[in-house]
Amino acid sequence: MKRLAWPAGILAALLLVNLIFTDHFFQIEIKEGHLYGSLIDIFRFGAPLILVALGMTLVIATKGIDLSVGSVVAISGAMACLQISTLPSQDSIGGVLGAIGVALALAVALGVGNGFLVAIVGIQPIIATLILMVAGRGLAQLITDGQIITINSDPYKLIGGGYWLTLPFGIIIVAVVLALIAFVTRRLALGLLIESVGGNAEASRLSGIRSHGLLIVVYAFCALCAGIAGLMISSNVSSADGNNAGLWIELDAILAVVIGGTSLAGGRFSLGGTVLGALIIQTLTTTIYSIGVPPETTLLFKALVVTIVCLLQSPAFRAKVFRSRRKPAPPTVPAGEKVTVRT
Amino acid sequence: MAEAILRMTGIGKEFPGVRALDGVDFRLLPGEVHALMGENGAGKSTLIKVLTGVYSIDSGEIELAGNRVAFAGPLEAQKAGISTVYQEVNLCRNLSVAENVFIGREPRKFGRIDWREMRRRTSDLLRQLDLPIDVAKPLSHYSLAIQQMVAIARAIDIDARVLILDEPTSSLDAGEVAQLFRVMRRLKEQGIAILFVSHFLDQIYEIADRMTILRNGRLVGEYVTAELPQVELVGKMIGRELAELERLDERPPARTSDTLVEASELGGRVAPFSLTIREGEVVGLAGLLGSGRTEIARLLFGADHAATGTLRIGGDQVTLRTPRAAMARGVAFCSENRREEGLVPELTVRENLILALQARRGWSRPVPRKKQDELVAKYIKALNIRPDNPEMLIRNLSGGNQQKVLLARWLILEPRLLILDEPTRGIDVGAKAEIQKLVVELSDGGMAVLFISAELDEVLRLSHKVAVLRDRRLVAELPNDDTLTTDVLMETIASGGAK
Repeated sequence: MKRLAWPAGILAALLLVNLIFTDHFFQIEIKEGHLYGSLIDIFRFGAPLILVALGMTLVIATKGIDLSVGSVVAISGAMACLQISTLPSQDSIGGVLGAIGVALALAVALGVGNGFLVAIVGIQPIIATLILMVAGRGLAQLITDGQIITINSDPYKLIGGGYWLTLPFGIIIVAVVLALIAFVTRRLALGLLIESVGGNAEASRLSGIRSHGLLIVVYAFCALCAGIAGLMISSNVSSADGNNAGLWIELDAILAVVIGGTSLAGGRFSLGGTVLGALIIQTLTTTIYSIGVPPETTLLFKALVVTIVCLLQSPAFRAKVFRSRRKPAPPTVPAGEKVTVRT
Repeated sequence: MAEAILRMTGIGKEFPGVRALDGVDFRLLPGEVHALMGENGAGKSTLIKVLTGVYSIDSGEIELAGNRVAFAGPLEAQKAGISTVYQEVNLCRNLSVAENVFIGREPRKFGRIDWREMRRRTSDLLRQLDLPIDVAKPLSHYSLAIQQMVAIARAIDIDARVLILDEPTSSLDAGEVAQLFRVMRRLKEQGIAILFVSHFLDQIYEIADRMTILRNGRLVGEYVTAELPQVELVGKMIGRELAELERLDERPPARTSDTLVEASELGGRVAPFSLTIREGEVVGLAGLLGSGRTEIARLLFGADHAATGTLRIGGDQVTLRTPRAAMARGVAFCSENRREEGLVPELTVRENLILALQARRGWSRPVPRKKQDELVAKYIKALNIRPDNPEMLIRNLSGGNQQKVLLARWLILEPRLLILDEPTRGIDVGAKAEIQKLVVELSDGGMAVLFISAELDEVLRLSHKVAVLRDRRLVAELPNDDTLTTDVLMETIASGGAK
């Protein structure tokens, strides 16, 4: 997996920076049967982004893009909270499961709509999903009636804030979804078909691939991931905010996919790369807090780091900058051996 | 003999694992058409890319008009007077014809682009080439043939001393080739040296004064065209006897097997036509570029929808809405447009090869990896695909080998009707013979083949019967007996079947 070496290295470097500022950064301990530690927190708070980015990976692999995921996050959270707030008992497990079902079904329906616009109507993905990106925020506010719906439901709180088998529940959800996508795309043949459609849509059609159906499924799945992420986010704060839930998450997700090595031009995709990309972004957010970057400069700081990360990722840039300074590398370096670069 | 305008001595170029050029000498005289000959992978493209500054050389030297040169990039080569027209048209199809001709060197007036002047000069230029088209229209409005001519016009206009034409004729019909040759002769008279690459031997003998032959990256020799018989040329290019090609020269006996495909008054982007194809029969489609050959193929494959008529496959009346539906009926279609309708460049040879099979099985039933490896190994061996590495990205293969992979993609499905649209275009003599032999074998095994080719002798050699097209209309259906010759076919095309 040479392709993942750069994102993995960058993630490791970011984590090491944290170690300098926070003594016990790598420490993980069990308190009251739950795992605690900064690394666990990165996974836990990064879970919604990882989910959204995984769905986005498949969309981008088809040469598409989905700008509406942030709105779907808000809609799904709003729908779930609205349903729960009308329950006679907010702690009823059946009632909460029903609410989750309605919210996710709505998310999938919206994704099918995106897929329909892209595959059947033939609108460019960036425009097709821009519609829902804008309209979706309105829809979310319509659901919440412009208010922030606050709920008090223990079963619902489990999704974003609970633990199971000592692990945060969100991490378990991510693991299950990741395993599912990896199975369907890599053990079954969905991955090849997606990469083929993204690499050459017309050749794929002439090879007998049902690309329309495939696109609709991919957009629906992306929306489902965003829907689950929406549940996590609203569950974590026990409320639904149609305005701000999932705001700009589409940009972080696209960034995670790109950092992970999947090209926006479609074709080859890497699920592992996307997970690393999302973790890099989440670690960066954590780092900003832990090293105490002044709040008014955080966005600028983040942009700067992301730019550096993207440049380091680019083989063309590396070739330009390092070629003149680096002596020809020995053909093989034994694993684990330190390499020093003399300038 | 005149002093050479271009002299390359001892050129060497190495890629990881491959010695693409090994001590090649090459010279070009002013006012000559010089053919560069060799099979796919012989080093022709590499030599051209070295000459145009795309690649740097590892050894040897290049002299242009007596001065030693080393180009750092294509732009430098162009400025020195070496212009190139590549095999695949390298223009921006969304821009207008005039913009394409002048892109990067637009005429200016007061610092602003002078559109009027640009259009006027383009019109003049194209009129010299007998191409009176509207230069304000986007390039994509015109056929591939005209796009090619525009690319040549652009190259000519950049005051070229050396003009390189890499497979310019592969997508032109006979009339357009004649037009191109007229232009080439005129340029020759002006003292321009023309380097010409083509797989059509007849064209080489018509236009080239001299030729240089390469094989496996080495120089075989430099010859005067008139002094080298065709048979010797082919022998020098491939280094082996052409017995296989000659064995195919016997005419196949007519088929009397059951009818597999019966189209009656089927029409869409072609005028309604009727055509039957029997099991194990090879039906040739002959006609000029744009005469409707590909359109017929696409109708039979469900890639386009029929507007009129009926189609029966294996006795059942069918309406093909998608290629998938045609595949379910046992029809396979290998497109002439490899790059846009065949290859998925980012995928490996193995993945490209099993793509149609996997599509038929759907996403939930993957072809087991072991089975994939078996199939891929079998077809790499059977079709002699080089290099024989199934995990290589297909875009790194040469054109002929890409074509074989795409052919294998369909052969795996064991179709009842295989439609081959220009399967031998732009590939070398050896690969061509292999594909022709394969068609004969498949048809002997009971597979029906619809064979589309611009090369009439190839159509005649393989087909049991030939359907002739002209202006998007099927004008004649001729049994391939002793009376049918390429002359008869050409006459039929020219007269539109009217006697």
